Amino acid sequence: MSKTHVKMTINGDEVEALAEPRTLLIHFLREELGLTGPHIGCDTSHCGACTIDLDGKSVKSCTIFVAQAQNAEITTIEGIAHPDGTLHALQEAFRQHHGLQCGFCTPGMITRAYRLLQENPNPTEEEIRYGISGNLCRCTGYQNIVKAIQVAAEELSVKEAAQ
Amino acid sequence: MNVQSPPTDKQRIEKLQGLGSSRKRVEDARFTQGKGNYVDDIKLPGMLFGDFVRSPYGHARIKSINKDAALAVPGVVAVLTAEDLKPLNLHYMPTLAGDVQAVLADEKVLFQAQEVAFVVAKDRYIAADACELVEVEYEELPALVDAFKAMDADAPLLREDIKDKMEGAHGARAHYNHIFHWDCGDEEGANKALADADVTVEEMITYQRVHPCPLETCGCIASMDKINGKLTLWGTFQAPHAVRTVASLITNIPEHKIRVVSPDIGGGFGNKVGVYPGYICSAVASIVTGVPIKWVEDRMENLSATAFARDYHMTGKLAATKDGVITGLHCHVLADHGAFDACADPTKFPAGFFNICTGSYDIPVAYCGVDGVYTNKAPGGVAYRCSFRVTEAAYMIERMVDILARKLDMDPAELRMKNFIKKEQFPYTSALGWEYDSGDYHTALEKGMESVSYKALRAEQVENRAAFERGETRKLMGIGVAFFTEIVGAGPVKNCDILGLGMFDSCEIRIHPTGSAIARLGTISQGQGHATTFAQILATEIGIPAEDITLEEGDTDTAPYGLGTYGSRSTPVAGAATAMAGRKIRAKAQMIAAYLLEVHEGDLEWDIDRFQVKGNPEAHKTMKEIAFASYNQAIPGLEPGLEAVSYYDPPNMTYPFGAYICVVDIDVDTGVTDIRSFYALDDCGTRINPMIIEGQVHGGLTEALAIAMGQEISYDEIGNIKGGSLMDFYLPTAVETPMWTTDFTTTPSPHHPIGAKGVGESPNVGGVPAFSNAVHDAFAHKGLTHTQMPHDHWRVWKTAQKLGLTD
Repeated sequence: MSKTHVKMTINGDEVEALAEPRTLLIHFLREELGLTGPHIGCDTSHCGACTIDLDGKSVKSCTIFVAQAQNAEITTIEGIAHPDGTLHALQEAFRQHHGLQCGFCTPGMITRAYRLLQENPNPTEEEIRYGISGNLCRCTGYQNIVKAIQVAAEELSVKEAAQ
Repeated sequence: MNVQSPPTDKQRIEKLQGLGSSRKRVEDARFTQGKGNYVDDIKLPGMLFGDFVRSPYGHARIKSINKDAALAVPGVVAVLTAEDLKPLNLHYMPTLAGDVQAVLADEKVLFQAQEVAFVVAKDRYIAADACELVEVEYEELPALVDAFKAMDADAPLLREDIKDKMEGAHGARAHYNHIFHWDCGDEEGANKALADADVTVEEMITYQRVHPCPLETCGCIASMDKINGKLTLWGTFQAPHAVRTVASLITNIPEHKIRVVSPDIGGGFGNKVGVYPGYICSAVASIVTGVPIKWVEDRMENLSATAFARDYHMTGKLAATKDGVITGLHCHVLADHGAFDACADPTKFPAGFFNICTGSYDIPVAYCGVDGVYTNKAPGGVAYRCSFRVTEAAYMIERMVDILARKLDMDPAELRMKNFIKKEQFPYTSALGWEYDSGDYHTALEKGMESVSYKALRAEQVENRAAFERGETRKLMGIGVAFFTEIVGAGPVKNCDILGLGMFDSCEIRIHPTGSAIARLGTISQGQGHATTFAQILATEIGIPAEDITLEEGDTDTAPYGLGTYGSRSTPVAGAATAMAGRKIRAKAQMIAAYLLEVHEGDLEWDIDRFQVKGNPEAHKTMKEIAFASYNQAIPGLEPGLEAVSYYDPPNMTYPFGAYICVVDIDVDTGVTDIRSFYALDDCGTRINPMIIEGQVHGGLTEALAIAMGQEISYDEIGNIKGGSLMDFYLPTAVETPMWTTDFTTTPSPHHPIGAKGVGESPNVGGVPAFSNAVHDAFAHKGLTHTQMPHDHWRVWKTAQKLGLTD
């Protein structure tokens, strides 16, 4: 099958490649670029394990073709930590508050929460629950995920206020 | 100069982060940064991708298979069918239950989505394209979907391969679609108790077919190294050592030439215990091609073909006196096993530990019988977040006790209290033969009832019902009480094995010269946090901080042999092995310390992280000092080094228990059931890491919510699977999931080295009856005795409608 030229920015790096236009973005990220943080948990766009950040929106990367991401600005879980290697408040809060068990939903969940907190920096518990309802977790029962996101929101607000 | 005062005992204990510490997980650093290493993340040079052609029919004869068009697709390397596997005798594989299962359909397909051909191609897209081009001609046969009709005289014959084999793995088969009859207890006695009883109740309770549905599906990579003749399998294996042994037995590759690796696993819940056709086909394809083959199922394949759970139709009968003393239990189960008996149970237990069905009650006489049958459905019958068939048993008895309470017009909590096994009766031998190790049920339920203000809730319910009658509300309040006893930690080798492999487990420890350590176990974490918690067990046993102990599992080339992780067996069995190996380390360390301190061994005592001289605590040697000495001093009579291995054969199972209370509010006009509150008290014996226990309870309760309120894998009358994708199969989101309240009591196991019992599965076992009892309780005053799960909005609305409550 003929390949098309794709170009995008992923985690701050410019990426250019040849890809079959039908390639799903998740497969391109995982198999061509080796970014195996986003996972595949279903085939119907329900589970959210493949969630990435694309042009300022949370996107399930199994729902779009790589060709549709032409010139996009993408952040995956691999790009969430700060450039100096320190963890993002969400990553730290998930660890501190036991917001993960098997870890399979975690990259998608954190990437979704990363965008959620930019859309709504001070969400209520209910808003968090609705905000992550596109991401399924089979291990935690969500309670500690919600807590971790609440704590991260508070920390980010404090940091914001200090700046 | 600052003189630092020596650390206090409390500081020394805290530094260890041992038993009882809510230590943060060591696994999380990689998972939160997307650096986990799951099987689909592994990419090997030259790797090809395998995909299945699957049956569109529930029951059909295969008339022909034409591979030509598929093989003509550029990038397609091979298309395997049963005909290709027959010369290798690999077209069937043994199941864990003593049956055989078709690896690729042999002349017939027996369930929709059954594996028919395996396409190997350069990438997953080409493989998927080629699967569409494999032409299979079928002749449709009548499908058998209703388990109750499986043994009819005119039922379709499903298993032609064993039609003349009327002696199955578990005794005589009564019909060509019969798998086994298994029973235990005193049937005559149970029948007499029923005949003599003041009060009896009977109900047919179905625990519907569901699926564990871990977020990561099943998959593997097989890589045959033709130079050294070694086959490596990476995969989502909950029991890697058992997979190695099975792989050796069926391929005739010697076991030392097979390496099985379970990398990070994205949840298992029983789905990843069995051996699936994808593993065999990948291995064969790698052996033939000499390159690595990856196979990863998609979600629809996962839900349709690999390992369902439950599908038990349980007819229970309870006998009781008029004042509520239970005098007998009789139970018969019709077990729908699908097309092949691929249950994952210890060999001698074709119905698992279903005979824990007397529950938490002192029932003097009991009987249970189970008949397994074949149907045109996917094989499986795994323990979905429970020990073998224990959640089915708990659901049956907990529903039956509620039904009895209604008939007696007694409060269901009071009836339970009246019939509990008393604290002083432990160790208690049940009528069906289990020896319960320890328990204090009255204290647990009393604590639960007090915590939720049970009396006030019942008073509120009376008000609610009156308000409903007055037309002031359209909601009915339900209070569900469930009290469960699990049986976990399989198990004693004398009666527990899988394919002849005793169900012990193991731990090997090496202490490094500078006082850190590595421990390897025969189990494998799928999210349970073993690397965190087993290091805590060791920290307390050997006095080395948990953070200085690396824990490894899942590589059969390095880990000691063990039977893996399922049935809440890791803590009861491998956790015990860990403690015992630690004690061996400590015993040798004591000899070394005695030499260093120039005293007799008997003059030393263990103190947190060191041996000290009795009566002279100033004279001591820390484990770190002892470790160094073991490597650099010639100690008379002792070998250098500090290592130990323990293979632990548990003397008994462990019996965790708990009291769960759920409150729901049901809108009778829509059937929408709000979970107002859920209180879960768990007693899992000694608590290793309270944070992780709480997390496991949250997760297990959420799975119980899913099962009780929405999950179902059903089939239409011609064998089409319904509920085979996440479009239909219910997984709760954060919105439907309520806040959980957890609590505990601690009744240690008397036979486990640290008194721990295991907890991961308790919330699923106790949660399902608690939700179901709550729904039934809401309608109890209207005469409802039982309705089948799942209690989704539609079914609940139908119940309200039948009771004449809807508008």
